[in-house]
Amino acid sequence: MNNKSLPYLLLLPATLFLAVFFVYPFAQIAVQAFTAEQGFTLQHFDKMATNWKFWPSFWNTIILAAIVVPLQLVMALAMASIVAKLKTGRNSILYVFTIPLGLSDLAAGIIWLAIFEQSGFLSSMLVGLGVVDRPVLFLGYQNLWVIFIAVILAELWRATAIVMVILVSGMGLIPKEYYEAAEVFGAGPWKRFLKVTLPMLRPSLQTALILRTIAAFEVFAVVVALGGTSLPVLVGQTYDWQFNLRDSGGAAATALVILAISIAATLVFLRLLRTPRGATP
Amino acid sequence: MAEIVVKNVAKSFGAFQALHSIDLTIADQEFMVLLGASGCGKTTLLRIIAGLESPSQGEVWIGGRRVDQLPPRQRGISMVFQNYAVFPHLTVFENIAFGLRMKKLPQAEVRDRVERTAELMHIEQLLQRYSGQLSGGQRQRVAVARALAMEPDVILMDEPLSNLDALLRLEMRAELKGVLAGSKTTTIYVTHDQVEAMSLADRISVMNGGRIVQAASPVEVYRNPAARFVGSFIGNPPMNFIAATSDGDGRYRVAGLDLDGPAAAGPRLEFAIRPEDMTVAPGGLRAAVRVVEPLGAHTLVTCEVDGAVFRAVLDSDLRIAPGDELSLVPKPDRIRWFDPETSSAVPVAS
Repeated sequence: MNNKSLPYLLLLPATLFLAVFFVYPFAQIAVQAFTAEQGFTLQHFDKMATNWKFWPSFWNTIILAAIVVPLQLVMALAMASIVAKLKTGRNSILYVFTIPLGLSDLAAGIIWLAIFEQSGFLSSMLVGLGVVDRPVLFLGYQNLWVIFIAVILAELWRATAIVMVILVSGMGLIPKEYYEAAEVFGAGPWKRFLKVTLPMLRPSLQTALILRTIAAFEVFAVVVALGGTSLPVLVGQTYDWQFNLRDSGGAAATALVILAISIAATLVFLRLLRTPRGATP
Repeated sequence: MAEIVVKNVAKSFGAFQALHSIDLTIADQEFMVLLGASGCGKTTLLRIIAGLESPSQGEVWIGGRRVDQLPPRQRGISMVFQNYAVFPHLTVFENIAFGLRMKKLPQAEVRDRVERTAELMHIEQLLQRYSGQLSGGQRQRVAVARALAMEPDVILMDEPLSNLDALLRLEMRAELKGVLAGSKTTTIYVTHDQVEAMSLADRISVMNGGRIVQAASPVEVYRNPAARFVGSFIGNPPMNFIAATSDGDGRYRVAGLDLDGPAAAGPRLEFAIRPEDMTVAPGGLRAAVRVVEPLGAHTLVTCEVDGAVFRAVLDSDLRIAPGDELSLVPKPDRIRWFDPETSSAVPVAS
């Protein structure tokens, strides 16, 4: 067989799979979002945007991502810096840190619900300690900010490890000599982090941020478990359009909005964290 | 003033003893080369002086200050690394300026010093490039410029030329020597290349198995090796050794030849002679020629003397062919003797 065509041939099954199960449905949704019986239309977007829950769900999604992703980045950087310096037990600690990654996000939401609900662990503990007289309703629609905090906590707990894993492997790729050179030329630990680790970690930071931000825009199950309908988010809206309102045009339009902000965020990270020409080792 | 004193320094990695009680003093502005085969501990010693490795015992003093508990940045040193460690995410200018910025020098002085050292290393036209756009030789120059820009008391160099090709290495070697002589710093230079060591050093410390075997001037190390190892390691081809037995009265029998040796020594010694310290004349060592390699100025002749390999560097005018029998007369003042028990040199009483 021709050696040149072999790699393409080997990639063919995966490409076909992606074409059939991702590209085709995506195209279908894109078409659906812009068409009605009479042909091209923007009526689905109009309908979507005028729905009273659209803008709250849009901003909730953006604000959640804007709080969760930076927090995760800072925590993951700190955790990765510590893990990368470990000489023994490094893998065991990585395994422990990554346990939440193995859970579905709905399960993660339910775990945190067990903590925050009226008869949950936190409430019972406060009653047991005598801080409050009777169980507290934390996750009521009157306390939207508590739901917000609970979702943020659950997301931090659930998905920080993926950022950390990417950063740990990126840190492992930075040659030790750069740190030694920085040390000899006067950089203390903090300066070495700023002047060597961060800039040389750029490719990993880019990957982690893009992955995590896109995932944050798709937040759904955790929010449903903890907030029900009190805290609308974009994917929840999509679900509503499709299954409660039986309007796939509205669902398709909302899905395209999620896609648009995901692409926008990706472009921003690609631009912000690009490596200048020639600045690769 | 930056005299470096290493007192009783030892280092072990687990069960492996990398350095055994090293004592070494390097004078202010001296160019000291640590020479040895890989694994002899020379890089470990350099890294201990730099502060990148901490000694298991002993003290390091730089310029009258005990530094072995201080981090590298407080030792007044700068360093050139084997793989250069030129930061890929910074331009050449920012690489050279790195240490100066850490010292928070004023911008004008940073620019001034960077430009001055860049000019000295002939890289002033590369200042805006990134290291990915540089050749190995250019990166090397950046690494040296970065070290010089600090105007340090001490420069440490870890095999700085080993990644360059032969021609470039020759060129950089000469340039380094000139630049460092002008910089008035104390230099410690690690290499496994004896030619590099000989050509650069004020003094060479020959290391073997975690010990300094001899620390002396290049000519001294070459002419009067303190131990058999030094003679066999330095010089290309290395020294020849032949077992010798005492005839009494300071006379020794060497492969059938009777020679004057040390008066007060044991019954067995080792006779040693450098390949170039012999002439072809009657009444010498009987050598059966095996291989003849004309090298232009000289001819390298590999022979067999007393059943062992023996090399001689002879005048290229001589007509010699494999199978010939030569008589090689050693120059009397170039003969050296070693104790086969301790491997150390046995001086001839003068």
